[in-house]
Amino acid sequence: MTPSTLPAPAGTGHPALEVEGLCVDLRTPSGTVRAVNGVGFQVRKGRTLALLGESGCGKSMTALSIAGLLDPTAEVTGGSVKVSGTDVLRLGRSGRRKLAGPVLSIVFQDALTALNPVQPVGRQLAEPFRIHRGMSRRAAREKAVELMTRVGIPEPRLRARAYPHQFSGGMRQRLLIAMAVALDPDVLIADEPTTALDVTVQAQIMRLLRDLQTERDMALVLITHDLAVVAQRADDVVVMYAGNVVETGPVAEVFSRPRHPYTKGLLDSVPEHAVRGRPLPAVPGSPPELSAVPAGCVFQARCPLAQERCAQERPRLTSVGASRSAACHFSEELDRA
Amino acid sequence: MTSFLRKRVISSAIPLVFVVLGVFCLARLTGNPVDLYLPLSATPQQRAEFSAAHGFDDSIPVQLWDYLTNAARLDFGTSLRTGESAGSMVLKAFPVTLQLAGMTMLLAILGALLVGSLAAYRPNSLIDRIAGLLSMTAASIPDFWFAIVGVLVFGVGLDWLPTSGTLGGPEIWVLPIATLLIRPFGVLVQVVRGSMVGALSAPYVKVARSKGADPKRVVFGHALRNSITPVLTVAGDLTVGLVNGAVVVETIFGWPGIGKLMIDSILQRDFAVLQAAVLLTAVTIFALNILVDVCHALIDPRVRQAVPA
Repeated sequence: MTPSTLPAPAGTGHPALEVEGLCVDLRTPSGTVRAVNGVGFQVRKGRTLALLGESGCGKSMTALSIAGLLDPTAEVTGGSVKVSGTDVLRLGRSGRRKLAGPVLSIVFQDALTALNPVQPVGRQLAEPFRIHRGMSRRAAREKAVELMTRVGIPEPRLRARAYPHQFSGGMRQRLLIAMAVALDPDVLIADEPTTALDVTVQAQIMRLLRDLQTERDMALVLITHDLAVVAQRADDVVVMYAGNVVETGPVAEVFSRPRHPYTKGLLDSVPEHAVRGRPLPAVPGSPPELSAVPAGCVFQARCPLAQERCAQERPRLTSVGASRSAACHFSEELDRA
Repeated sequence: MTSFLRKRVISSAIPLVFVVLGVFCLARLTGNPVDLYLPLSATPQQRAEFSAAHGFDDSIPVQLWDYLTNAARLDFGTSLRTGESAGSMVLKAFPVTLQLAGMTMLLAILGALLVGSLAAYRPNSLIDRIAGLLSMTAASIPDFWFAIVGVLVFGVGLDWLPTSGTLGGPEIWVLPIATLLIRPFGVLVQVVRGSMVGALSAPYVKVARSKGADPKRVVFGHALRNSITPVLTVAGDLTVGLVNGAVVVETIFGWPGIGKLMIDSILQRDFAVLQAAVLLTAVTIFALNILVDVCHALIDPRVRQAVPA
């Protein structure tokens, strides 16, 4: 599979994050499999890009390889990741550590396990300032209290001494976000930041993320499987399937006129489109095992349009309009349908 | 914290009463001391006098009552063997064992934390495999064998270390501590490694790394405190084993500790001393358990909170 470059999305200046042809291999007991295959995208400051896909499609793996946090069983085997112009994949461990926080930061999904259970939260929030700014304990602690105030923790000075289990899920997620934006990074990756929360809290967290993004002019990569979140929050979307990008472009256009049958299937399965008395439309079947991805198109087994050609030739991600690409032999037909 | 401690002490006191009773009963099951201490030719009158002098002619409930009331005053009677107060004999022997066990556990825990953490940081690396092999071997070597071979090689063969006794410089500690150390060290390395591997793969470690924390900060600042709870529990158990199991080492190296005292008392039906020794050991074990619990509470705020005030 050849690495793909996407046409630059609208906006000005140097992209804050530029991923090209990223490949990640995963060592499993039954052999090495490719978890991410030639993924590429760009995000500018102040813009939001959504990585959309089912569990196991490689979206989190993509995020972790950008942040340099892959488990030892996974390895980046190709491509480049430029953060504010620096190719981070070429940096050594200590070079990457210098960027982790001030330049690139990540918000994880389960805030209960993502916060250290035996440390007061104030100390955890102070850590970025201690590591990167060499601040004294006292000064870093003041900064932590400021951050807690900013993300809306009541009585921050008192609560800084509390432990993670003494906070609600929403508050924990706020703390995690505060920690990630502590040093005003250029790029913020949010890996399903609201999955563990109930709906009202989800909305609050998404609003907080949006406000912080505007205030600090960050490029945001939003990893999610939630179509509504993508529609409301993202400027651009990258749809992933079985480790591959199948479609990409501005959210409004992709969602109104999908050019890949997988994207179309996802959009059709939103319950709003359902008719009473009929089963909910769904994409039939399930994604292929990573060890058994077919030779041709990755989506062929579940695709309503699949033909003989799809079994032999893998469609390349090709331009299907301004700032849009899709990896389907029949994207034209899909558009006319 | 104070209420945590108070609750913990009270809940330990109840089983302690049963230990006190159990010791009394078991000691009576080992045989009649009158038969053991007096020659076969002793007259019935001599026997009766001996029994009366040591209270063996009273009924069992009366003996028990005396034992309990005296124990409450920390009076455990006098030794049949030496005529010395049982309490003072035990208290003299105890610090020897305590020093030996304390020193051993301190070294075992510190060593295991270091080796276990190194092994866990890169699972399946060369360091990990060597540590695994060594700790497995250490945990499997019988202590009496190690002690005898140690004496043979370093004491007799090379003449570097004394073979027994408690007189001399720091070198007298080497063989006894080494003998006691190997098993706890081997076991603890495995426990530290296991729980450290778990802690290092926890999401909060990933978050720490995402903040730019270096490996030292990740391991000692974040993972260590989270992985130490099971280590403490096992270390507590192993220490109990050391206080009891010092018997072998104390016998081989001739250290006048509590283990040796207990064996001697059993062999000679020296009830008073045996009771005092077992009781003190039991108290130590309860104290150790409380200590481990207190450490857990200090380390993990969730444990502190789980105990209602």
